[in-house]
Amino acid sequence: MAQGKLCNREKVNELEFLQALLNDKSGAQYYSEMNDLDVDTELLWNTLQKTLVQKSRIKTWLEICAHCGLCADSCFLYLANNKDPEQVPSYKIQSTLGEMVKRKGQVDNEFMQMCMKTAWAKCTCCNRCGTFCPFGIDMGIMFSYLRGLLSAQGFLPWEMKIGAGMHRIYRAQMDVSVEDWVDTCEWMAEEYEEEWPGLVIPVDKENADIMYTVNAREPKHYPEDLAEAAILFHLTGENWTVPSEGWEETSLAMFAGDWEACKMQVESVYDAMKRLKPKRMVVTECGHAYRATVVEGPYWAGYKDGKTPVPSFHYVEWVAEVLRTGKLKIDPAKKIKEPVTYQDSCNYIRNAGLADCAREIMSYIAEDFREMEPNREHNFCCGGGGGFNGIGRFRKERNAGLKVKRDQILATGCKLVISPCHNCWDAIRDLEEEFEIGIRWSFLKPLLIKMAIIPEHLQPKEEE
Amino acid sequence: MYEFVTGPLAWLSFTIFFAGVIVRAVQYIKGLDWQLDRVAYMEYKMQGFKGAMRSIFLWLVPYGTHSWRYYKFFTLLFFTFHIGLLVTPVFLQAHNILLQERFGFSLWSISDATADFLTIAMLAAALLIVLRRIALPEVRIITTRYDYLMLAIAVAPFITGFFAMHHIGNYKFWLILHILSGEIMLVAIPFTKLSHFVLYFMSRAQLGMDFAIKRGDIKRGKGMAW
Ligand code: SF4
Ligand code: SF4
Ligand code: SF4
Repeated sequence: MAQGKLCNREKVNELEFLQALLNDKSGAQYYSEMNDLDVDTELLWNTLQKTLVQKSRIKTWLEICAHCGLCADSCFLYLANNKDPEQVPSYKIQSTLGEMVKRKGQVDNEFMQMCMKTAWAKCTCCNRCGTFCPFGIDMGIMFSYLRGLLSAQGFLPWEMKIGAGMHRIYRAQMDVSVEDWVDTCEWMAEEYEEEWPGLVIPVDKENADIMYTVNAREPKHYPEDLAEAAILFHLTGENWTVPSEGWEETSLAMFAGDWEACKMQVESVYDAMKRLKPKRMVVTECGHAYRATVVEGPYWAGYKDGKTPVPSFHYVEWVAEVLRTGKLKIDPAKKIKEPVTYQDSCNYIRNAGLADCAREIMSYIAEDFREMEPNREHNFCCGGGGGFNGIGRFRKERNAGLKVKRDQILATGCKLVISPCHNCWDAIRDLEEEFEIGIRWSFLKPLLIKMAIIPEHLQPKEEE
Repeated sequence: MYEFVTGPLAWLSFTIFFAGVIVRAVQYIKGLDWQLDRVAYMEYKMQGFKGAMRSIFLWLVPYGTHSWRYYKFFTLLFFTFHIGLLVTPVFLQAHNILLQERFGFSLWSISDATADFLTIAMLAAALLIVLRRIALPEVRIITTRYDYLMLAIAVAPFITGFFAMHHIGNYKFWLILHILSGEIMLVAIPFTKLSHFVLYFMSRAQLGMDFAIKRGDIKRGKGMAW
């Protein structure tokens, strides 16, 4: 068999195909079909030539790597796996992408499966190694590129194929339709209106100051998060809206290396910006969502200036701003008293420069803020980035990788970790489940609501 | 023989070296692709230039970056090796006398004692770099024979030059070998991994621009904390 029914080079553009994939429990059939999947070596070599051999960035990186090993200690997966030499970033990329180029794309199924495991279970694309290498060789970028090559050949984890398919079909990482989304907005506004008189979630309002966008998990699994966002906009008197279409910022398609689906996804958000003409866009507490839609997205969409149609901000930027301007006031008596630490997300800290916002927020809300070591641009990945959290087949590897974050948190002596990133939040939750070190973790929104001074006219009505 | 290696062969190798280095730099720049690399190089020239310069120069300063500070001992080896490699040949008195004789100009020169010190330090660093390659599993696994060949090409002119300068053994023999090995190194630069002589600057500039233009320097308000 050259191409499987589920595991093949086809993209998931139809509901039927998506459903068939979902019905295949844990991808059992999918992965067994993968063993027979052939490699289109001609396609592979053509792509390599066009995007690597005839270009300079990645080609140069592969060529000049001095094999000095300075990238070794930069990689949390190397450290977490007892310094296994096979986890050295340079080794990981040379033995996969490097080898693929050397063999001019003439590789077999076994090699592709090894590459798949390396690209998804030995790298979270956190880009930390790129800041350690004297040449600036960034394995995170190369692994992301390699994922694209593998994806085009059908060698990608089952969940990644489903995730990219979701984006293709729903323009969201989960099966949340426009109706589901709008209903959730209405439902949440109704649910909380009693407690917060005047609370609304305005859908498709034109010319608002802020267009708010989310992670599909929020409407799907934690709709309270959306309500909390609404409460905070309400408290700060923001003129805001959510789009009925183009509300999803995340991109499992990016983790999957499905560049076409990436483009479809971000374009839906950019269309909403163009349609509703807000002054700016603010995205929820999610790291890769910001990376995908704000940092990388404009390039997928072909915008030469690399910018989104309206200026875009991560939630922490907005929070820092409302605290700074006094739109949101914190009750000093309610500040966090216990030692608390902050998980710097690679995606919006290292790769988008928001380290200071996080510190600024902490200065307003915490009395005993403690930094992890290392921190800011040099922080380690939580252990679950790049899709790692969501791949059942590599759960063991993911859990092993959590050790570094565990030890970083333990060293701070804090029991509370603030993590304004969905992936990091999940990874920290899972690390508690795995190692039981007795920590709690939180997004910013619920903490802020608890600490905020509520202006008289917005006071919740007395409960009966 | 001496006439040949210092005459036509010298001309040839210097030509290949200079032309090769320029070609590699130009090729690199031509091979950048804003959409594929996802960096709007041409849209933010000033921003990009600043980021590129910071990215290049901070990494040229010993202990100037997080990584250099993290690997204290290797950083010492690295800079000893590279400073010896670059400073000694350019500022050696004997080389500058040659320049003066042939072209009527010369650069600054360092004393022979300094040159000896730099050479010995550089060779010692090279030896330790080799030992490190063998001793550390994380370096051993990525080391290939090609890496040793590069190192050999780089140290050969220094060993032979040292022997010639101190008249150890047959002066003429070592001198010719010295010149030849120097020429081999020059020619090897554009064609091998030694191309990092120029591609270091290109690659660092690229990542510097990447962070400056796309990955946050604008919001960071300051340059990337390398
Ligand atoms: S630090 Fe850079 S040059 Fe050294 S081995 Fe790693 S990728 Fe290669
Ligand atoms: S990008 Fe991160 S996870 Fe991947 S090799 Fe580099 S340091 Fe390791
Ligand atoms: S999950 Fe968080 S820490 Fe990990 S790569 Fe993503 S942003 Fe970074």
